[in-house]
Order: sequence, then C-alpha cells, then structure tokens
Amino acid sequence: MNTSALIMMITVESIVILFTGFFFWKVLYTKPKPEEENQESEL
Amino acid sequence: MTTNKENWGSRVGLVLAMAGNAVGFGNFLRFPVQAVQNGGGAFIIPYIVSFLLMGIPLLFIEWASGRYGGKFGHHSTPFILNSLDKRALWRYVGVFGIFSNIAIAAYYCYMESWTISYMLHSVIGTFDGKTQHEVAAFFTDYLDVSVSTTGIPYEAIVMFLLCLALNTYILSKGLMGGVEKVAKIGVPLLILFGIFLAIKGVTLKAGSQGAINDGTVGLNFLWTPDYTSLSNPKVWLAAAGQIFFTLSVGMGSIQCYASYVRKNQDVALNAMSAGWMNEFVEIVLGSAVIIPIAIGYLGIDRVVELTNIGGLGLGFRTMPYLFEQWGPILSAVAGLAFFGMLFFAGITSSLAMGTPGMSFLMDEFNGSRKNAALSFGIITLLLGLPTIFFFTEGVFDEYDYWAGTVSLFVFAMFEAILFAWIFGMNKGWREILSGADIKVPMIYKYIIKYVTPVVLIIVFLGALLRPVNDNWSSLSFKGWALHNESIIGQLQHKGIGPNDKWFSESFYAENSGTVDSLYVERNKTFLSVTGLNADGKSQSKSYRYIADKHSLQVKKGDQVKAGQVLYTGEVTNRVFYIDMARLLLLSVFVFICALVYIAYHKRKREGLKV
Repeated sequence: MNTSALIMMITVESIVILFTGFFFWKVLYTKPKPEEENQESEL
Repeated sequence: MTTNKENWGSRVGLVLAMAGNAVGFGNFLRFPVQAVQNGGGAFIIPYIVSFLLMGIPLLFIEWASGRYGGKFGHHSTPFILNSLDKRALWRYVGVFGIFSNIAIAAYYCYMESWTISYMLHSVIGTFDGKTQHEVAAFFTDYLDVSVSTTGIPYEAIVMFLLCLALNTYILSKGLMGGVEKVAKIGVPLLILFGIFLAIKGVTLKAGSQGAINDGTVGLNFLWTPDYTSLSNPKVWLAAAGQIFFTLSVGMGSIQCYASYVRKNQDVALNAMSAGWMNEFVEIVLGSAVIIPIAIGYLGIDRVVELTNIGGLGLGFRTMPYLFEQWGPILSAVAGLAFFGMLFFAGITSSLAMGTPGMSFLMDEFNGSRKNAALSFGIITLLLGLPTIFFFTEGVFDEYDYWAGTVSLFVFAMFEAILFAWIFGMNKGWREILSGADIKVPMIYKYIIKYVTPVVLIIVFLGALLRPVNDNWSSLSFKGWALHNESIIGQLQHKGIGPNDKWFSESFYAENSGTVDSLYVERNKTFLSVTGLNADGKSQSKSYRYIADKHSLQVKKGDQVKAGQVLYTGEVTNRVFYIDMARLLLLSVFVFICALVYIAYHKRKREGLKV
C-alpha cells in the first residue's frame, strides 16, 4: 500500500475503533438508573 | 387506551437492536462502491464531516424525540412529532415514518430472502465449477420467478414468504422476546463473519488460489485519497446520502425504538454507541471485504466497471464465483459467512422497519402484538409481490427511490426543523441531556439548531435539482438540464426514452447500433443492439419481444437508430409499471394518512392526550 493510503486507513480506522470501543464500554459498565414505572400517568 | 406497554429488556439489547437497525446491506455493498466512485480515501473526509454535522445530530434528534413521545404513550412518528408540536401538519409529516418503513420492508425482505437462498446454494455447492458468467446468470435466473434454481417452483416467492414469515414471527414475540434476542445473536454474529471475511480479503496473496493481486491492492485502491474530488459537490452529496442510508435516519424506526426507553434513561450515550458501532461495521469491515477480494481476483479495471452496476450486482453476481476459487469447503464456509452476514444485517434492519407500523396499530387501534405483526406481514407481502413479479420492469427501483431515498430526505429535513426551531432548541437540548451518561459537547446545540437543518435542506435541494452529469457549475438562473435521477427528472420521466407511452402498437430502439443477435434465453426471445454510448464505449442493450405476439421490423445485421421501430404489436411499456408502482406507493401513503386522521379523532372522542 502507498503511504497516503496507509496513513488515511490507519488514522480513520483507529478513530472509529477507539470511539466504538469507548462508547460500548461505557454502555456495558455504566450503572443502571433506578426504574420509574407508569411513565404516562406521571405526566 | 393503548395496549402497547412494552420496554427493552436490557440496555445492551437496545443498543444492539439500534445498531442492527442501522447496519444493513449498504454497509457491505453500498459504502465500498460509493467510496470507489467518489475519490477513494478522500471520500471518507466528506463522509466523516457528514456523520459529524448531520448523522450524529439526527441520531440525537431522533432518539430524544422518540423518548419524549414515549412519555406520552406514543410509539410511532405521527403522534411522536405531534407531541413536539400540536399542529396537524406534523401528524402528516410523521406519516413518512410509517410509510417509508413499510415500503422499504417490502423490497428489503425480498433482498433478505436472496441471502437465505444464497446461503443454501453456497452450502449445497450450486456454484461449484461454474464460470463467472454462469454465476452472474444464476442471479438473473433467480430473479425470474418462472425459473427454479433448486427444483422448488416459484423459488424466489417461496423464499420471500419464508423470510416474511420469519420476520412476522419474531415481531409477534415483542421487543424483548423477539427483536432484542435476534439483535443479541445477529449483531455479534455478523461482526464475526465480517472479521473472518475481512481477514481473508486482506491476506489474499497474488498467485495463490487463482488471485492476480494481493488483498492490499484493493485496500490501496480504496484508501488512496484523491483530494481533487473534495471540490466536487457530487462527492459531498454522495457522502451525505450514504450517511442517511447507513444510519437509518429519516425513517422513523429510531424514534419508534427510542420511544420504549424509560423517561429517566439515557439516550445520548446509547445513540453514540449504536451510531459508532454502525460506523465500525461500515468503515472497518465494509471496506475490507468485497473490494479487496474482488480486486484480488478481477483486477482494478474490471471492478471499477462492475461498481457501475452497483453493490448488489457485485455481491450477488460476482462474490459466489470468487469464493469458488478457495476450494469447495472454504468456498461453502465463505459463502455461508458472507450471505449469513448480509442476512443478519438485513433481518435486524427489517425488524426495525416492522416496528413503527405495528406500534401505530397497537397504540391507536388497541391491536394485539400478534395481530399487528400479522398485519405487517400481510401488507409487506402485498406490497412486496409487485417488486418480485415486475423486478425487471423497474418496480423494485421505484420503491427504493421514492420510499428508500426521497422520503428519508423529506422526513429528516422536517423533523430537524421541528425539533430545533418549533419544539425549540432549549427544550430539545434538555431532552438530549436528560439522563445522559456522557457529556454532550455544547457545540452540538448550535450544530443541531443552525447547521443540520441547513445541510438537510441543501441535501434535499441537491436531490431535487441535481444537474445532468452532476455538472454543478451549470446551475444558473436561466435554468439547467436535470439529471435523470433528480426528483424533478424522475417526475418528468426523464431517461425513459422513446417508449414513453403506457401502451403502444410499436416498440422503439432505445440505443443506436447494429442488431447483432436474436436469441432465446430461458424460453424468452430477445434481440440485442450494440453500438457506442456517449462516452464512445461499446454498449449492448437487449430487448425482449414475444415471438407469437410481435412482428419484428429489423433483422440481424441491420443498423438502427434510437427511436426506430424494432417490432410492432401490442406493447406494454416499462413506464406503465413505473407509474403503477408510484400510484401504489402514493395510495399507501394516503391510506396511512387516513388512518392517522381516524386515530386522531378517535383519541379526541375518547378524551385521550394527543
């Protein structure tokens, strides 16, 4: 692969993998909030 | 009172269902083709810019407005949008959010059924020993309902029914028991299949297993930036269009899924996680499968030529032949992985398409989930059959254009204006931040208010007024020639050619050249005219005629000009099927509008909140 293609691919894919991993990790490990029932009636 | 009291079982399930909704055929078949046609590596720059300025804001808008509508017990866009502003207009704008899902599901489930069939054919070795031409012809045969490739009569319809029944069954099991379970299995599996194929694609070696190039040649071709393309508006519009399709924004399915999120739960992090997961599948996996493998075996020039017929052609006409080069066992595994990956990408999306219509029926007409799922199955079947029977007449493409493209642009534009300017950005911003598990950068408040609506209006106008040859410098106040695929061009039937009447007594040649063959294929008679196109390249066009109904006016070797009579007799032209498809789609839209009208007045009579 030529250098510009390699730089473009590695940069873009690294950013995407980093963000995807970070957000999914947050989804997995963020403590769930207590549930609220009867949403409709509370409004 | 609504019977629709469902909720998501887990946060991971919700995120995977949303990611599955976004990940579809386009991630593997459309994205790489768009990148190749629009500047290779440089395409990624407008693509990322569109993701940041249009994709992420729309995700925030749709997640937040969905959850907001859900607080009032609304789970479909007509009433979700109406909860943001009480004017009747928004209820009917919201109809797009049901209409596009049903109409897209009609042809999407058909495509999904191809993947089931191709998995089966890969495993039983149908493609073993076939030439590239024979594998391509297999797809043409498969699309012809009168031809059976397995001995099952009307195979394409049987597979479509099977696929539809599967979707209906899963939807009848509910969000937690159906959609979420499939997402938890399907999304990880499609990622695994994608990783397997990407590794095979990238590690392909020239000279091994018949490959003429290394897999990295394809990557090099795809990622080498052509920065001159950045000044071309066509590239920017293509990138914005790809963001629409890949994130499934402007459809109404995200709002529907988000409306089942509890009011104190996060939407900001969930939206980011699902959105970026889709980008991972598209950019990292989607770029490493079909292009590296296809270029590895066919070379760059041939693949560029093939991309002109689109990703679907590349995926179904070419990939099975390329997998055959890996030997009988590995080709069966690769075929199963490739079409399995497409199947899971497809089904997680089609389930999302089924949910808005079902939620509407359950919310407004107190339908049970099973009945609502059955209604979805029946409507999708009725709408899908014309795309199967009249595929070659262009009905499939009409659905894709009006429901799968134009409706999304229109709906997204209106919903962004509603959320940012009518509901109000201060309230909207509070909705996005409410319960958020991440800190959303403040700049997005201004992007959503000022940038996104403008970008969406530009995208819509671009689609409406696209100039011929994508020559944007030709735009002037004196007017310009429109592209055949511009919205106005489509309405004017531009590009239809000389056969522009529904019925006629003569059929006219649509290209100039020599009548080079009269042939019979699958018991059907054709004549072929070969000549030079506008670019000076040889172009062949086949015309079907019915031997005992039509009288040929030309013979082999004759020179014909576009517009010259090829045969006489009773002719039903393609434009008839196109207009019927449009009429059908319009009828569906009007029918949903009528249901929304009835539902609104029913709510008022019953004293329910609107």
